[in-house]
Amino acid sequence: MEDAALGWWGVPLAVIAGAIRISTPFLFVSLGECLTEKSGRINLGLEGTLVMGAMSGYGTAWATGSPWAGVLVAGLAGMVFGLLHALICALPRVNDIAVGIALMLLGTGLAFFLGKPFIQPTAPHLPAISLGFWSEVPQIRAALEVNVLFVIGALLAVAMLWAFRATRWGLIIRMAGDSADAARAMGYDPDRVRMWATMTGGFLAGVGGAFLSLYYPGSWNEGLSSGQGITAVALVIFARWNPMWCFYAALLFGGASALGPALQAVGVTQGYYLFNAAPYLLTLVIMVLASSSRRRLAGAPGELSVTR
Amino acid sequence: MSQARTISDPKLRQAAEAVAIPMLAVAVSMVLFGAFVAAVGVDPIELYQLMYRGAFGTWFSWQNTLQRAAPLLLVALCTALPAQMGLVVIGAEGALVLGGLAAMAAGLPLADAGAPVLVVQLAMAAAGMAAGAAWIGIAGGLRHARGVSETISSLLMVYIAIAVLNHMVEGPMRDPASLNKPSTPAIGDGFMIGDMPGMDVHWGFVIGVVFCLAAWVLMFKTTFGFAARMVGGNVRAGRAAGLPVGGLIVAVTMIGGAAAGLAGMVEVAAVHGRANATLAAGYGFTGILVAFLARQNPLAIIPVAILMGGIGASGGLLQRRLDLPDATVLVLQGILFVVLLASETLYGRLRLPSLPLRRTAAPAAPAGTGKA
Repeated sequence: MEDAALGWWGVPLAVIAGAIRISTPFLFVSLGECLTEKSGRINLGLEGTLVMGAMSGYGTAWATGSPWAGVLVAGLAGMVFGLLHALICALPRVNDIAVGIALMLLGTGLAFFLGKPFIQPTAPHLPAISLGFWSEVPQIRAALEVNVLFVIGALLAVAMLWAFRATRWGLIIRMAGDSADAARAMGYDPDRVRMWATMTGGFLAGVGGAFLSLYYPGSWNEGLSSGQGITAVALVIFARWNPMWCFYAALLFGGASALGPALQAVGVTQGYYLFNAAPYLLTLVIMVLASSSRRRLAGAPGELSVTR
Repeated sequence: MSQARTISDPKLRQAAEAVAIPMLAVAVSMVLFGAFVAAVGVDPIELYQLMYRGAFGTWFSWQNTLQRAAPLLLVALCTALPAQMGLVVIGAEGALVLGGLAAMAAGLPLADAGAPVLVVQLAMAAAGMAAGAAWIGIAGGLRHARGVSETISSLLMVYIAIAVLNHMVEGPMRDPASLNKPSTPAIGDGFMIGDMPGMDVHWGFVIGVVFCLAAWVLMFKTTFGFAARMVGGNVRAGRAAGLPVGGLIVAVTMIGGAAAGLAGMVEVAAVHGRANATLAAGYGFTGILVAFLARQNPLAIIPVAILMGGIGASGGLLQRRLDLPDATVLVLQGILFVVLLASETLYGRLRLPSLPLRRTAAPAAPAGTGKA
């Protein structure tokens, strides 16, 4: 009955709730990718890392009974993939975009292979913070169940923004990303800086994957991430390599992803599958609007191959 | 002495590298994958024997392999041709899906109207190619007009294409008889592309080979191809030479997209008979691997696609015999892809064969004369 009581108001509410809920993996992957790209390398393999994180996180949480152990292992798995990417890309004449594509395929392949036993069992979920205690309406209460990783991600975005601007590490990463020569002149090996940036980026993407299997949708299956990792990579370009903008962009995409299901809930089933395309289409449109053939993107790291 | 010279001859050396390095990469991948399956408790020797049997061991498995190679030949072109211009297009899956859908959209009404078989098939091929060309052409156009990374845009468009396919087969083009597997109506056996005489391999394989040959001629034997590759080498030099860079980018991406769209048409017209979600079976992504393994050369795509088709064909046997998941093939492909890209670093540095020759030849001249 409550469904009927809310009626069409359920749509914006579900979109807001979805924005918070669905944005979390986008947020983690885009923050990780933001860090990697700031150091001058692009890792398109984060889609594979996301799926790998979802699988290993789920498997660990199921085996240990602790979802946080799952998050940690997912992050470590992502770190291994980041390390692999960094090591291969440090070889001369190797293209980082192509290696990313290869790791995307390898990551999904390994996750599907090793994740077969985890399709049936149920693992403990990550906890949520109830911010909707003031309301009597169940939808509002449900909408304001904010997961802990979202909060951590939001804080991380602020911390990263500050770190890029005000810390020595932030400066080193930016320098490696803007000019490898300048970094070398200052005595820093750009390949080593990028290795740490890619590994940390992989860690974050792995954590984003753990969210998929341990919070929402909250189970492991092979269709878990259809391009969310790659969408998040595209988001970084839209966010102009600014962690706060990554956060806003992730919210926007979470909302876009929630639109189809929200409309379906109030009986609009026409074009349900087309709404599934909304986040990808939105990313594409925003990339088109944000790009330009004539000038370099403002804020783009100088060493980045995609923006050259 | 003369042997050392021939190895350092740039052309011969390039050719030697083009063969030796991918083979080395395949060998290293096989060792790594063997170690992986050994780690999950499968005997790698038995696995490779089974894979060989499932891929090339019998006439039956050969036919299966060629059947699977057919779409790979075409989708690999979608990555390989733009790569000649320095573009990394990885969205062939989207062009394939929409190509298959468009082929059904064109073929069904014509078949219903009682058009001749050849007309229906040609219309299906044309529609498939047009859809694929338009789809990947968008990525090329956006690259030129707005500087949007074609890699990311083409991949995002895969998911859009799959959503469009799902929308059409669930809604406007749905066959009411397809209950739990929503599909378009079937085109009917009479309109399907048949098998080649005396075998279970459909004509799509021949179409794919012909397209690869044509693409090779286009890229390496025509002025158009030369101009395109020149732009790929250096955009500024291309502009300075007065080449229409934007037009070339769009044209080449469209040709690549057309090939992938045709792969979709072949899949619906020769294998499935209808369009449904099975179109998005991952051929587009395997095609990227084929293109890279072939080093973006349309001629080299032919053997590589057969090899990959074989690996795909052996997947079923591995599942049945060794109880391995269907993703086993994906893992092998992923390892192969990663190792292959890492091996790129060896090009131009492979001096191993010439070094010992030179060393023995120079200081030990008297001993050398004895041999000669």
